Amino acid sequence: MKIIVCIKQVPDTQKVKVDDKTGVLIRDGIDTKMNPFDLYALETAMKIKEQINAEITVITMGPPSAKEVIKEAYALGADSGYLLTDRKFAGADVLATSFTLAQGITAIGGYDLIICGKQTTDGDTAQVGPAIAEHLAIPHVSWVVKIKDVCDKSITFMEDMLDDIAIAKMNYPCLITVDKDVFQPRLPSYRLKQQAETKTINILTLEDLAQKDSEHYGLSGSPTQVEKIFEPTSEHEVERFEQDDKNNAKLLYQKLKELKYVKELS
Amino acid sequence: MSGIVIDHNKCIKCLACIKACPFNALSLENDKIEVNAACRLCKVCIGVCPTQAISLQDVIKKVIDKNLYQGILVYVEHTDGNIHPVTYELIGKALELAKKIDQQVYCLFIGENIKEKANVLLEYGVAKVLVYDHLDLRYFRVDNYANVFESAIKKLMPNTVLVGATTTGRSLAPRVAVRFKTGLTADTTILQMRENTDLVQIRPAFGGNIMAQILTTKTRPQFATVRYKVMDAPQKVTNVTGSIEIGVVNESMLKSKIELLEVKRKEATFEISEAEVIVVAGNGVKDEKGLKLVSELAELLDGVVGMTRPMIEKGTGSYLQQIGLSGRSVKPKLIITCGVSGAIQFVAGMDKSDTIIAINSDPNAPIFKTAHYAVVSDLYEVLPLLIKQIKGEIINEL
Ligand SMILES: Cc1cc2nc3c(=O)[nH]c(=O)nc-3n(C[C@H](O)[C@H](O)[C@H](O)COP(=O)(O)OP(=O)(O)OC[C@H]3O[C@@H](n4cnc5c(N)ncnc54)[C@H](O)[C@@H]3O)c2cc1C
Repeated sequence: MKIIVCIKQVPDTQKVKVDDKTGVLIRDGIDTKMNPFDLYALETAMKIKEQINAEITVITMGPPSAKEVIKEAYALGADSGYLLTDRKFAGADVLATSFTLAQGITAIGGYDLIICGKQTTDGDTAQVGPAIAEHLAIPHVSWVVKIKDVCDKSITFMEDMLDDIAIAKMNYPCLITVDKDVFQPRLPSYRLKQQAETKTINILTLEDLAQKDSEHYGLSGSPTQVEKIFEPTSEHEVERFEQDDKNNAKLLYQKLKELKYVKELS
Repeated sequence: MSGIVIDHNKCIKCLACIKACPFNALSLENDKIEVNAACRLCKVCIGVCPTQAISLQDVIKKVIDKNLYQGILVYVEHTDGNIHPVTYELIGKALELAKKIDQQVYCLFIGENIKEKANVLLEYGVAKVLVYDHLDLRYFRVDNYANVFESAIKKLMPNTVLVGATTTGRSLAPRVAVRFKTGLTADTTILQMRENTDLVQIRPAFGGNIMAQILTTKTRPQFATVRYKVMDAPQKVTNVTGSIEIGVVNESMLKSKIELLEVKRKEATFEISEAEVIVVAGNGVKDEKGLKLVSELAELLDGVVGMTRPMIEKGTGSYLQQIGLSGRSVKPKLIITCGVSGAIQFVAGMDKSDTIIAINSDPNAPIFKTAHYAVVSDLYEVLPLLIKQIKGEIINEL
């Protein structure tokens, strides 16, 4: 069977701050790595491959430097990798990103199962997976917590449904997003890491996709726009208790009494 | 070509834009600054460019007639007809947004044997509850539900659609939004309505370090998901004026490709977001002794113990106790943080609480900006004294 895993490169540090004076973002250390949640998706694919004959392809959309994330996937055991990169993909929101990935997946050729991580650590939307499935007109299930059974026709799994846990089955082609309890990700192998350096990374640009009208991609294809970004502020009165510990404890006790959380002791 | 455009004649290649770009979307290629696929149009680069070489070339796109879309639709989250409280919070917000543009609030209720239960929604001032009731809709199956949702939207033509950012909501909303080729903003924390009916959607970005203000100006409906315990539930109204309408379920909507083999109720788990009083242990709580003080205080106040992420990572508590961006959002009546620095990712999950008391020995701890009451003390000193007073073991010694 053919498995496609969608992965994304995310900033390693989340230490983004806004400079108070200039309003400009300050990023310290722009190391990148694979979105941690995608490791679970890739691990799920690897576990399936251990059971039945499967080929694992990873796909990502990003800048040319996102090749690195494909190398990371190779070091973990992916068989082939595709990078969707084109200046016309810039400015993509969920709709345009999922459309581009769906186009890329179609361009690669056939697939049985698509696996996504539950969300990314930078975008945090958990929406791209279901949106890809909708573009491809295939069924999906989000928040898969356990794989029960796989065969060459279908997959059976446990899904988190709000107050319920369900066991469900889908025939291929279909898409799942996996939660982090699904499997414990492995560490990259030294041998595969060496091989990854020379392994081919396939590049897909707009020209390679079936829908060539650039209106569907990037900013043009995005119904949402970021109007501005700003640092969160909290503006309210703060009452400070800055006496010695004994007095602070007393003030705090009185405050709790005043707020009626502790009863007056007689 | 639309998007960020660089005028290479004006560009002096100072690389300020590359350094400032939070998405790593600019690079020097063949001695020219180029924009790549990572760009999210935050426009930060435009601001830092000293020579005004960067500009945003806007897309000229067909703008739909916004007047055709009226009202705010709230998706009713439920299990077996038991309505999830996030629904009421969404209704509360929807009523506020609708008032601004003089429109109405509708609910979409999909399930089996739920007609009776729809009445309770009307008590909150909802103008119409659209009910789709069918045996095959008993359990959430995203493809069937998306078909029904699509049909409801075509019928109501709402301006805005609000969905709870629950597991099911976050699976359903993107499918439906894609069907209408419209925008969806996830996990919004602030929503405002403009007079021109554009919904201002604000959400944390980059792991919560900054807020992004997002608009869907050219398409309708505008979809947003909102986490539980972020908005306020409304009061019931005195005179109910809304009505229930039954939607038509066609067989074509029910051809789910997801075969449910078994559905079990989750075991009742500890749910910190339901607590009215929470005492939080942060990294400043260094040992068993500190933890005991925190638990004792929680117990005395009829509350529960919450924790920051490092505590969970150390194995001190269960993930279900973690408060913050990657844990639970909470909005209790009272929260007391002990030895918590107040990182933005923690604060994002609790700053809506009614009363916030922070205990920290560092007078400059960032948590004191969020707190209503800032107790600058060593928790190992102040907690035992406080506990003794609550227990009545020391009375007005001072
Ligand atoms: C993407 C992302 C998501 C995250 N999600 C979360 C999340 O969901 N929840 C979360 O909590 N964190 C989250 N974090 C981590 C967050 O950035 C902080 O690292 C974390 O909240 C800090 O926890 P803390 O306040 O307990 O510890 P610290 O920052 O170590 O603070 C300890 C505090 O205790 C005080 N202290 C020490 N000793 C005493 C004493 N004896 N008496 C009184 N005060 C004392 C110190 O002054 C200090 O302020 C996330 C980070 C990232 C990047």
